[in-house]
Amino acid sequence: MKTLLEVKNLTVNLDGEKVLENLSFSVSEEEILTILGPNGAGKSVLLKTLLGLLPYEGEILWHRKPKIGYLPQGLNQLSVKNYPLTVADFFALKNPAPSLEEITKFLLLVGLEKDILDKTAGNLSSGQFQRMLVAWVLISHPQIIFFDEPTTGIDIGGGETIYSLLNTIWKKEKLTMLLVTHDLSIVYKHSTNVLCLTRKRHSCYGAPKEILNTKILEQVFGTEIKIYEHK
Amino acid sequence: MMPYQLILTLISGVFIGGIAGYLGTLMLSKKMSVVAGPLAHLAFPGVALALIFGFNISLGVFPFVLLGAILIWLLEGRTKLPLENLAAIIFAIGVGTALLFLPIGKAEEALVGSIDKISLGETALVISLSLLVSFVVGRLYQKMMLMNVNEDLAITEGVKVHKYNLLYLLSIAVVIGLGVYLVGGLITAALVAIPAATAKNISKNLPSYKILATFFGIVSAVLGIFIARFVHLPTGPMVVVSSAVLFLISVILMRKTI
Repeated sequence: MKTLLEVKNLTVNLDGEKVLENLSFSVSEEEILTILGPNGAGKSVLLKTLLGLLPYEGEILWHRKPKIGYLPQGLNQLSVKNYPLTVADFFALKNPAPSLEEITKFLLLVGLEKDILDKTAGNLSSGQFQRMLVAWVLISHPQIIFFDEPTTGIDIGGGETIYSLLNTIWKKEKLTMLLVTHDLSIVYKHSTNVLCLTRKRHSCYGAPKEILNTKILEQVFGTEIKIYEHK
Repeated sequence: MMPYQLILTLISGVFIGGIAGYLGTLMLSKKMSVVAGPLAHLAFPGVALALIFGFNISLGVFPFVLLGAILIWLLEGRTKLPLENLAAIIFAIGVGTALLFLPIGKAEEALVGSIDKISLGETALVISLSLLVSFVVGRLYQKMMLMNVNEDLAITEGVKVHKYNLLYLLSIAVVIGLGVYLVGGLITAALVAIPAATAKNISKNLPSYKILATFFGIVSAVLGIFIARFVHLPTGPMVVVSSAVLFLISVILMRKTI
């Protein structure tokens, strides 16, 4: 598999505090890299840095410039709720604005019906809203997608389907994905590689089977943890 | 036939009310709605200078409000403080300075506006600035709306957020400057905030929201101007009261539809 992204000795300082230190990893084409770690370990910061939103030291090397799709954390309905935006209006905010056929196609892909187009985006259920956002990101045909905790605010059942949805799309569209989560079962099921971050700025990197042993996880999360491997 | 002065007043009122209502549709977020008020109060030092040295009020108002907008923008880039915080600081500076120098006795125009006395030249200025702002905002509308929804998302969609923030603030500044004519510096924020809120209450999608907010802005200006004339009360406050009444009606309508 061809390498898409190489990160070497990445250090990020925010307001004088080291959030990421000496981080090195690489991402191949069509890989799903899961970024794992407790709150405050710098997962979202890493994504934002890769997107070019934050200053950094070290090297971020893209082997080709891909079209990036990004689903930020905390993009809940609240920010949309301020405005009377329908789902169709929300898609029209993209540049260039997608056609109605295309929107319908991508809504179907994420399991939403066409009649949702006229509904107010702020009034959707959180599950529907997340699905709509996934469609919103996919419609630009990105080659790599950053998902920052895509299950935030969704119950476990709904969350499960968002991940299986991502997995289906990944297989169908031959995408590369960077997935931030702290849900361990997801890592086993869906990722090709894992990058773990801790609050003490340690990190680990490798295939899920190598990484996810109790000893390393204890270092990451700092508590005793048991893993249940779903088969 | 309508008196000449009334025609000028009405034309200016329609343009200012309309553009303020339109721009206001972008400002319903928590962040932006609290920026308009402080910026408007920046008009006071300008009015003070104009009154002291006897030149046209608009010449005093626009430089101060535009300067305030640019200052807020520069400080935002440098300090990373929230826009609303910076606006409050700028506001304090503006009003503080004004109170030092403003001849309070003559300050009525600054407080409640002077649309009843607007001249032909000023009307022309109002029309051209309104058209300019509606052109700029119209072209940037989708991008600015996306920025309001989520700034990071906008950046990854290729929106130059910092640049658009400046254009946004400058548009607000111009509209605020115009609003000072219509209702004065004290209640200008209402011109931007109320029509959009009214429109939001009864619209189901973005296009109708934009049209209705502009429409309510225009209607409150016209209503205010006529009613004030009829009952011999100041025009500016009457425009805001009309706008508020429309808002209350929209709340009642909204309750019925739920």
